[in-house]
Amino acid sequence: MTRKTIRPRSGASLFTRYRALPGVPDELVDAQGLMRPAWAGLIAHLSALSPEKIAAAFARGEQHLADTGVFFRTYGDRTGAGRDWPFSPVPILLPEAEWSGIAAGLVQRADLLERVVADLYGPNDLVAQGHLPAALIAQNPEWLRPMVGVTPRSGHFLHFVAFEIGRGPDGGWWVLSDRTDAPSGAGFALENRVAAARVFPDLYRATNVHRLAGFFRDFRGALEGLRGDPASRVGILTPGPLTDTYYEQAYIARYLGMALLEGDDLTVDGGRLKVRTVEGLAPVDVLWRRMDGVWADPLELREESHLGTPGLMSAVRQGHVTMVNALGVGVLETQALMAFLPKIARVLTGSGLAIPNVATWWCGQGRELDHVRAQAHRMMIGPALSTRMPFESGGAHSVGGILHGAADDADLHSWLTDNAGGLVGKEMVKLSTTPVYEDGALVPRPMSLRVFLARTAQGWQVMPGGFARIGATSDTTAISMRHGGSVADVWIVSDRPVEPVSLIAPPSAPFQRARPGPLPARAADNLFWLGRYVERTEGLLRLVRAYHSRLDEAASAPLLATIRTRLKTYHVDTAETLPTGLRATLGSAVYSASQIRDRFSVDGWAALKDMEKSMARIAKTTAPGNDAAVVMSVMLRKIAGFSGLVHENMYRTAGWQFLTIGRSLERAAMMTDLLAAVADPKSPEGGLDLAIEVGDSILVHRQRYAVLTSRESVIDLLALDETNPRSAHFHLVVIGRGLAELCGPAENARVSEFRHKVQLLNDRIAGHTVYTLDTKALLGLYRQILDLSGALNAAFMH
Amino acid sequence: MKYRIRLHLGYDYATPAGGGRHVVCVVPLDLGPTQSCTQSDLTITPPPHERLDRQDFFGNRLTEFAFRGSHARIALTMTTRVDRNLPLAAPGASTALADLGAELAQCRDLGPRSPLHFVQASVRVPRDAAMTAFARAHLRPDMDVAQAVVAIGRALHRHMRFDATATTVDTPATEAFSNRRGVCQDFSHIMIACLRGIGVPAGYVSGYLRTLPPPGRPRLEGADAMHAWVRAWCGAQRGWAEFDPTNAIPAGTDHITVAHGRDYSDVAPIKGSLRISGGQTGSQAVDVIPLDG
Repeated sequence: MTRKTIRPRSGASLFTRYRALPGVPDELVDAQGLMRPAWAGLIAHLSALSPEKIAAAFARGEQHLADTGVFFRTYGDRTGAGRDWPFSPVPILLPEAEWSGIAAGLVQRADLLERVVADLYGPNDLVAQGHLPAALIAQNPEWLRPMVGVTPRSGHFLHFVAFEIGRGPDGGWWVLSDRTDAPSGAGFALENRVAAARVFPDLYRATNVHRLAGFFRDFRGALEGLRGDPASRVGILTPGPLTDTYYEQAYIARYLGMALLEGDDLTVDGGRLKVRTVEGLAPVDVLWRRMDGVWADPLELREESHLGTPGLMSAVRQGHVTMVNALGVGVLETQALMAFLPKIARVLTGSGLAIPNVATWWCGQGRELDHVRAQAHRMMIGPALSTRMPFESGGAHSVGGILHGAADDADLHSWLTDNAGGLVGKEMVKLSTTPVYEDGALVPRPMSLRVFLARTAQGWQVMPGGFARIGATSDTTAISMRHGGSVADVWIVSDRPVEPVSLIAPPSAPFQRARPGPLPARAADNLFWLGRYVERTEGLLRLVRAYHSRLDEAASAPLLATIRTRLKTYHVDTAETLPTGLRATLGSAVYSASQIRDRFSVDGWAALKDMEKSMARIAKTTAPGNDAAVVMSVMLRKIAGFSGLVHENMYRTAGWQFLTIGRSLERAAMMTDLLAAVADPKSPEGGLDLAIEVGDSILVHRQRYAVLTSRESVIDLLALDETNPRSAHFHLVVIGRGLAELCGPAENARVSEFRHKVQLLNDRIAGHTVYTLDTKALLGLYRQILDLSGALNAAFMH
Repeated sequence: MKYRIRLHLGYDYATPAGGGRHVVCVVPLDLGPTQSCTQSDLTITPPPHERLDRQDFFGNRLTEFAFRGSHARIALTMTTRVDRNLPLAAPGASTALADLGAELAQCRDLGPRSPLHFVQASVRVPRDAAMTAFARAHLRPDMDVAQAVVAIGRALHRHMRFDATATTVDTPATEAFSNRRGVCQDFSHIMIACLRGIGVPAGYVSGYLRTLPPPGRPRLEGADAMHAWVRAWCGAQRGWAEFDPTNAIPAGTDHITVAHGRDYSDVAPIKGSLRISGGQTGSQAVDVIPLDG
């Protein structure tokens, strides 16, 4: 959406100037050119607004998405940049009556797919009776042989599915694709809804729009109900932060209050699935799987997978864990299956598909191959066993009779003949259009809906709307979606008032404070390092600032050399005004935070990203000397903002303790290291003042000592004083206290060893005086503090 | 022919492993009259915290085990007795090469013995134009599938040199083929690719091979390692036929089958996942001792 060239126009003309495309249905305008009733409220609302007001309303939605950091990531992009979420603020409105038909049809399809997949991993009657070609299953990479003969503990393979549907030229709906393996988008639907409600707050309240929260409440209840052991947990299995929808997974984990787990967080112990936590192994009975099945267990599935959990398949086979969905259901996404489903529906249920899927022909059969050959100009043709549409499959494919990506000498007919058994032809369906707002007007764009279904104790529940994809151009063939485009909210509009629901328990339920489950060890590790890197960034900023503020004083040359050397040990080169090493340290903090987005406040993340962006911007324009010193002060205020957010807003859980221990460890280490360099009797002149400045203690030093700076006063204030939050002793005390909070009664040997080390260090520093804590003793402390990092790792990160 | 078989596998880790889970596939199959193996023993040291015997999709005998704590080495010893005999009935007629495709298209079997699992490329056996061309060059139009299997197996034996230093367990089949060197694993993968390339379903057989001692000399203790050969589907009547391309002979009573798979990755003697930071070294010793004198 662009807002660059909005020209003032009368709002009332928004509808009258809207021109639906010929030949395809439109969501706003019916075949007679009349407005569909569900849209009346929205159009009236928009028409009453000036273009400026519309722009302001849309900006609220975008601001919300920017604030919450909704983004898409291109797989493997380690920069964390991602793409902005392409949100189209005009929702799609569908009447409740029409939606009920869609919902019923998709529930039928979900039930049918459940029966098909149960047969494919069970008796295999469909193949034996000739309703499905055996080759399509035997050669299918999504048909997971280790699952053959396994009955899921819950009794079902499918618990959460999504369907992509579109409205065809006759006005009826078509299933474009089945998403059964690890469907994404439910969290984005929630975000769409929040953003749309921000854009149209009054309209949203006044319109009878079915709420989404009830769906998630029921789904969460269903997941909890699938546990065999009430003391066990439900987790969400993620392929990790490099996956394109990681943001969404973290979002939904936070929303549902469930742990977001990577394969390496889990282990199989005694046939049961368990999560490695800082308190040891804790059972996980149900996994909502957002990782494609083939990667889930390197021992029995794809060997090269680094994402999975060895032994997961074994735990499934032993009936100790419920996967949502079962491993192996990806076979249902196979393109060629759509060619056989209409008949399978009749065979299994006695009636046809209530919502047909896109007409599909498998070219491994003579008659079908001839048909595809003759009708190739009306079809897209691609890999039969792919789980993606032909044009998304990455291999050779044909669209409208034109061959793409095949060998140079191949023509369509020889390609079809040579690869017949591996190909399907699919009709090129046209999609209906829906209005999007561009340059001050509403224009028609093709759209498809993604509909989510969750199995609950009361049967399949259908999420009422929430997610539509919208094409970037007016090309209405389904393939136009490949060029990106945007997403929009979908409002299911009722004639009657709808019941407001939220995930917050109704008042009748007895109040119960949720006890957080034990912290996964990997999350603890990332929080610890986040604490260290943020603190290190701050310490380096202070040193770099001190350096630049002295740059113009000739007398400071020896001291400048000392600072340069200190900074060099952190790979910070003072020849650069805004050193790469400093930005890399902040980058490491951002990376650690990106691994644990589900445990991290949205504002904290925004503050970190903001700092990273500011640094990148400032790096280009800052001059050495005073200018640079001013810039470092700005950055220091930003980092103080982040620390404040964390300190004020984070629950005092185990996660907070690890973050705090990391921060204190780094601060104590940096301070002892600095004092060893600048408070030695042989250090250059000005070193003591530098230490007080970097230790942010100028004022308190002046108040307390009221004399000239001496080595004794500096060591006392910055190393020994346990009430100064800049002193090393203070932070060793903090570490000790944090540890005491962390350690329950079930303390293992390595935890005891770690506590002992911390205690020893505290005793040692407490026993020092300003006279005994010389440079050698400082360096000894410095090394021992750094050693704590390894001891902490051994104690908690199993 | 009766055998006593003993296998020893050892793995030493440079730094102690923090825990691990493994699957071993070393116990011979019990195939009825042609190969009976009813008693076997597998010892694992140190004793694992978990141990589970089970079968995989293809019916192979697996043992899954896991260690929780740290350990610096693991050792496995498998001992068994096997009675290996030629089939009593003569094999059925092989389908003509030209008719095999039509027969496969009629197949509605998804069970472990179905040829349909063995038609397409697999993890270790890619589709390869050079190997397909090699296979085609050794066919005559009137051949049946069984004859084609022998012709291709013998041709490979003539063109390839057995060389234990040329490849490792992870060398791709395409590389071994272009160098025309390798060991039984490479020979087998290449032959499978050749057969699949001309439309013949083909799979990997892991097992033990009796080394025939030279006259007058004792057999070499521990000189053998686990062996591999190929099986190919010769049509519904004939079924599966086995050929050993490393030795250019059909598999006979000298071959004791451990497992059937699409390629090595289905039947690797040991698979595992460890939490280790250093490297590891492994050792393997096999004794296949005839008991019939």
